Amino acid sequence: MPQLFLRGKGILQISTMSTFYFIAFLSIFFSILVITAKNPVHSILYLILTFFTFTIHYILMNAQFLAIVNFIVYMGAILVLFLYTLMLINLNKDSEPRKSNLVKIAGFVGGGCFLITVVAALKAFGASPVVVLNNPNLGLVKNLGKILFNEYLLPFEVSSILLLSAMVGAVLLATKDKKLPDGNLNA
Amino acid sequence: MGTLTHNIQAIPLNHYILLCSIIFSIGVIGVLIRRNAIVIFMSVELMLNSVNLLLAAFSVYRGDATGQVFVFFIMALAAAEVAVGLAIIVMIYRNTNSIDINVLNRLKW
Repeated sequence: MPQLFLRGKGILQISTMSTFYFIAFLSIFFSILVITAKNPVHSILYLILTFFTFTIHYILMNAQFLAIVNFIVYMGAILVLFLYTLMLINLNKDSEPRKSNLVKIAGFVGGGCFLITVVAALKAFGASPVVVLNNPNLGLVKNLGKILFNEYLLPFEVSSILLLSAMVGAVLLATKDKKLPDGNLNA
Repeated sequence: MGTLTHNIQAIPLNHYILLCSIIFSIGVIGVLIRRNAIVIFMSVELMLNSVNLLLAAFSVYRGDATGQVFVFFIMALAAAEVAVGLAIIVMIYRNTNSIDINVLNRLKW
């Protein structure tokens, strides 16, 4: 079936596949830049680009709801929050001290071990099946909304409590500690 | 629309797993080699997002929309986590005038 599928669609197939590989390359490239950039502001800007490539991945999978949510929540809210915090914290006075080379090498070895394990496990799988979208409206808002509000109504409501408690906790943590008259900190 | 979505997906599942594990390990390396708390936090976000992408890919592969619902929940969780985490970073900065994580080794012993 996959071979038939591949043979049936000619040029369009190839162009969309190369789109995936190009976007995947961009994702990896920008995420490497995120962790290697010296300036944290640049690092956040590269992270925005990485998340944009992730949005394109979602669109390629026709997961339209996730693409929009990724765009709005991650690029719109979370990364603006990061930038805002970074502006709040004055980082201009001195750049971060670098870790020693030994720690860096150890970090690369630790991350690389995970990658090698996964790649070796994938080799053991052999030829992999092709990701085919059989139901075109799988990731549309209508379909996901039906599942969300039928089967996952309770987790959905619980997540609202989670967001509320996170908001209260963030406000509580970020407010300045007031000094009590007897000198103790009022946390 | 229909023809477009049918044409799009012909990528082997292995390549999705490979892409996501590469980005996940980049996140792990970022956590290990950086000392700036905000950059470490961003590496954690990178790991969360790679797992999200893999969940969506498996959801499309199985034809089951539950995976995408889970991605939605993970995104809600990430939003809460970022709010609390950044509040903690601001508090640490106010107390120590630095966001270098090496000043936070008091809990080590």
